[in-house]
Amino acid sequence: MASIKEKLKPKEGSFFEVFKYKDLLYQLVARDIKLKYRRSFLGYVWSILNPLLIMIIMSVVFSFLFQRNLSYFPIYLLAGRTMFEFVNHSGQRALTSITDNSSLLKKTYVSKFMFPLSKITAAMVDLVFSLGAMVIVMAFFSIIDGRCLFSFANLGIIIVIIEAYIFAVGFGIFLAQLHVFFRDIRYIYTAFITVLTYCSAIFYDIGMFYEKAKQQIASGADPLAKYLAWIIEYLNPVYIYIKQFRYFIWVPTVEGTVPDWAVLTGTDLLLGFGYAIIMFLIGTFAFKRSQDKFILYI
Amino acid sequence: MSDVINKPSDNEYIVDVDNVTIRFNKATEKINDLKEYFIKLVKRQLMFQEFLGLQDVSLKIKKGEAWAIIDTNGSGKSTLLKVISKILKPYKGTVTVKGSVASLIELGAGIDPRLTARENIYLNGCLLGYSKKFIDEKFDEIVEFAELEDFLDSPVKNFSSGMKSRLGFSVATMVEPDILIVDEVLAVGDVLFKKKCMAKMKQMLNNGTTLLIVSHNMNHIQAMCDKAIWLNKGKVVKQGDMKEVCDEYLATIEEKKAKEKAEKEKLKDK
Repeated sequence: MASIKEKLKPKEGSFFEVFKYKDLLYQLVARDIKLKYRRSFLGYVWSILNPLLIMIIMSVVFSFLFQRNLSYFPIYLLAGRTMFEFVNHSGQRALTSITDNSSLLKKTYVSKFMFPLSKITAAMVDLVFSLGAMVIVMAFFSIIDGRCLFSFANLGIIIVIIEAYIFAVGFGIFLAQLHVFFRDIRYIYTAFITVLTYCSAIFYDIGMFYEKAKQQIASGADPLAKYLAWIIEYLNPVYIYIKQFRYFIWVPTVEGTVPDWAVLTGTDLLLGFGYAIIMFLIGTFAFKRSQDKFILYI
Repeated sequence: MSDVINKPSDNEYIVDVDNVTIRFNKATEKINDLKEYFIKLVKRQLMFQEFLGLQDVSLKIKKGEAWAIIDTNGSGKSTLLKVISKILKPYKGTVTVKGSVASLIELGAGIDPRLTARENIYLNGCLLGYSKKFIDEKFDEIVEFAELEDFLDSPVKNFSSGMKSRLGFSVATMVEPDILIVDEVLAVGDVLFKKKCMAKMKQMLNNGTTLLIVSHNMNHIQAMCDKAIWLNKGKVVKQGDMKEVCDEYLATIEEKKAKEKAEKEKLKDK
């Protein structure tokens, strides 16, 4: 007789099997983090120092390049980059997660979802670590301007991180299964990420496009810039997460108040969770369909 | 993994492999990137050459039995073990396994050389499906069995292969699984540890664990097992009592050897 407990038990090969292996997830994530920070002299400091250094370089370069001045540009830049690097890293690390663990998969049965999932979770832990850089920069500007740039609105990033995490899980497991069959996906991924960097408004303001569109309309041309902005704003989930992240970090520092909540609760939140869930479903579906064939290709 | 609900009763089959066929692609070249895939697609060279790793293999194992899988390399022994431990899905037929399976298809599969022994015990235990709490309880026992008390916090990359296999074996056998699958894992390690492992396996067997062994060491398996299955090129030649199968197997080998010898002598005479 099948008890309720048995009925609730996830089927073999389903994503929900990961709950059965939650201790393993912890161990795998802990391994990744330990190995990253063990034996490197600066350890944790690197995960703060690295984004800080890049932020400084980019801030210097881009404040010369663009005339349109964004206030607190370093915070703007860092917020965008933090979010972007999370998606990038989780994709990159999840990509090879199945093939790297081939020897293990050949010898014992574990839910295969564990490997990309652990990499993405480790990337999220890195994201949380690198928020330290954000705190430093904001504290720095607080001292310079003599007013506190921190606010309760900052806590809103938790929602954004959840959205981005779900998205990254779908994205990562999709890439991981594809990489088993096509090893050159790695190179395509690098090119794809480069395109995505430029399409995610990390170091520029999306408003630039609308100004350009105004000029285009004035000169009687098609407002191509406007279409481009629309594509970035509505079809690029990564930008949607970056935008929301800035709502909670950068916007309050500039305006000194909590941002207009109505702006966020509407389309942004819907789009953010919508894309996350769609990507998650695509990823798990593709992974589930192909996971039995992994063993023949790794 | 060790669900009480799943425990089979004594007269039921704990492993039921029913007419299983495993199909591999024996293509001359492996296609595993997009570029090659498209080239082959355009050239219409995407072929599928069938190779059957196992053909209509049936094996029914009752609780507490010890089975040996014998024959030369490449006859499908490891494939059969992989099917039972759910690593490979059958192309045809069904496999039903009741209860927990611990497979030792190569010791130290999950051992990460960069981690310490302590971290590896936890990682490996979790890979085998045990909870952290459970490993906490068994930790001292594992360390004691592996004889690694002095090396707990040094990275495994500095270990000898014997030490690694000791670690792997002790983690895998920390709990008494319903089914233990052992594939040629005792090839490494010193004599004393081998003996210890054999004793541990015997003890598990006495406690009701079902055992499945692949080994080329006939003495080992004759000492451990009461049943045997003889595979040749993916097909079952004979299965049943250890003694019967073994005798026939050894007789065939002797015959083969005699034939080869005769042929060699023929060549010499020429």
